[in-house]
Amino acid sequence: MSWLETVRTAYGALRTRRMRSLLTVLGILIGIAAVMLTVGLGQGAQSKVTDQINKLGSNLLIVTPGSATSSAGVRGGRGTATTLTMDDAAVLADPVAAPDIARVAPTSQSSLSVLAGTANWTTTAVGTTPEWVQVRARSVSEGRFFTAAEVAAESPVVVLGQTTATQLFGSSSGGGSSGGGLGGRSPVGQLVTLGGQNLTVIGLLTAEGSTAGGDQDDLAVLPQSTYASRLSTTANPRAVSTIYIEGRDQASLSAAYQQTTKILLAAHGVTAATMDFSVSSQQAIVESATTITRVLTVLLAGIAAISLLVGGIGVMNIMLVSVTERVREIGLRKALGATPSVILRQFLVEASMLGLVGGVAGLALGLLGAAVLPGWIGQPVTISPLAAGAALGVSLAIGIGAGVYPASRAARLAPIEALRSE
Amino acid sequence: MTLPEAIFGDQPAYQGVAPDPEQPEALLDLRGVRKTYQSGSLQVDAVRGIDLQVLAGDYVAIMGPSGSGKSTLMHIIGCLDVPTAGSYRLAGVDVAGMGEQELAHVRNQRIGFVFQSFNLLPGLTAQRNVELPLVYAGVSGPERRARARAALDRVGLADRVDHRPNELSGGQQQRVSVARALVTEPDLILADEPTGNLDSASTAEVLALFGDLHDQGRTIVIITHEHDVADQARRVVVMRDGAISEVRE
Repeated sequence: MSWLETVRTAYGALRTRRMRSLLTVLGILIGIAAVMLTVGLGQGAQSKVTDQINKLGSNLLIVTPGSATSSAGVRGGRGTATTLTMDDAAVLADPVAAPDIARVAPTSQSSLSVLAGTANWTTTAVGTTPEWVQVRARSVSEGRFFTAAEVAAESPVVVLGQTTATQLFGSSSGGGSSGGGLGGRSPVGQLVTLGGQNLTVIGLLTAEGSTAGGDQDDLAVLPQSTYASRLSTTANPRAVSTIYIEGRDQASLSAAYQQTTKILLAAHGVTAATMDFSVSSQQAIVESATTITRVLTVLLAGIAAISLLVGGIGVMNIMLVSVTERVREIGLRKALGATPSVILRQFLVEASMLGLVGGVAGLALGLLGAAVLPGWIGQPVTISPLAAGAALGVSLAIGIGAGVYPASRAARLAPIEALRSE
Repeated sequence: MTLPEAIFGDQPAYQGVAPDPEQPEALLDLRGVRKTYQSGSLQVDAVRGIDLQVLAGDYVAIMGPSGSGKSTLMHIIGCLDVPTAGSYRLAGVDVAGMGEQELAHVRNQRIGFVFQSFNLLPGLTAQRNVELPLVYAGVSGPERRARARAALDRVGLADRVDHRPNELSGGQQQRVSVARALVTEPDLILADEPTGNLDSASTAEVLALFGDLHDQGRTIVIITHEHDVADQARRVVVMRDGAISEVRE
């Protein structure tokens, strides 16, 4: 019996029991669509988080101070100590001691109020060096960033993020014409008062959007020296809260990581056990940030997979019923010359058709969901060709797997027993 | 050593006899055929030592009350079941020791079945029902359709090819199943109570068809308990308690 005839016979048998076949297919359909959408949601969330963290810069290492212990013995946790200084940044920037470090941007930041004319706003003031632009992979859309000379001179200049500029000067980018504040003039060249200090706006950063760390466009960047002498509340004017390091390339990032740790251990005169700082790579941040979405995805996909399994049991159930109902038909087919393997193949093809049709319909529903859902829930749903192919493969495998037992029962039926039953 | 001996070595198997060169070899040649069923702890001898030869072109009716073993004999003749002991040669081939796969091929190639309850598949048209044995024989589409149409024409149902069984009368359904039995050009047509579900008009129709087929030289074995059906045959084999009690010419 040819494959074409087998498929035709199986299709005929399924069409005869249309309602039942449809309901069975529905079980597989729901399972496949559920698995695809949960995995798609997880992958979407994961790639969104990864994207956002990658926006922080490329080949990035982040050095934060260790924990500070108060006089009462309370340990404040990571970042509470002020052990990092501009001097650390200077040693790290040494190309001889740290050949795999490309750029270093020591940074301090705090939340401060900013005024421009009558408009006021609270933003994040960032004190840093000119390298910050490259290290954090930012760019200037209007005006310019401050220079090393301005850092040395403690110049009263500031570069604003788009959100901050809009809040203070209205929709102004590109020398805009409308908006509130000071009537839509370009902010560049305007005076703002940040934490009580008058600063001249010399540039605007290109918009970046929101990341896991919040709005990346709500900030005011100024020279570290200006920040330390005029705005900082810490006792040590050389202290910084974070040092951003850009590695030479992705391949040498772990070398850069080791050089950073070694140099800072030596500079601080501490051992690995009494380390008063911590270095984390962007990769590590991505991983820790995606761990939770991954766990959630696995959990949800597991539940969805159970519904798929139930769908598979549905196929097996219906095939068993079908074999029992069609005992006479099987007997007749055997009497007319069908060998056990032909009967086996016929029922396997029936079961796998149920599985595959469910898989195709589930895939269609999954793709539809992937197109519609993001608009509803604001989360991207990523369905890769691999996942789509896997869905079809799995549905076919479930059909075959569920068909094996009923089909072998059919194949083993003795023709006389089968013909005898009324 | 014959195959049945190899399988049923510890039982007194029938010792093969060389065919008599004087006589043409019988199409069906059953010698010492036994069939024993295990029913719980009880051994039931459904058929106990049957010798039966049917020559090509013969028309044999097997009669007997229920429980006489005629159905078991029919299953063995039809290669639906294998004897526990004895030999059965169909067209010169020993089928007693064959496996399921080989038996399926023998049934497909050599035997055409006609059943009491027609056993047509309800979802298929008359044409498709008749095509079924050819499907299992691996005959390609166009040839298969032509042969099925010819067989339906042969039983006078050329105008009913696209009807489903529930659109046909009992007599017509039985003629479709005769067409299905004919379509592979089998050596033997084996009919199990073919008129059991038919009214007298349809019975006469179907019997006339068997008569025609016999006149054309086909070998027919018919199992029945109706005397007027058996009277059409050239030979009547009467069974009682698992053995042949009488043979009428």
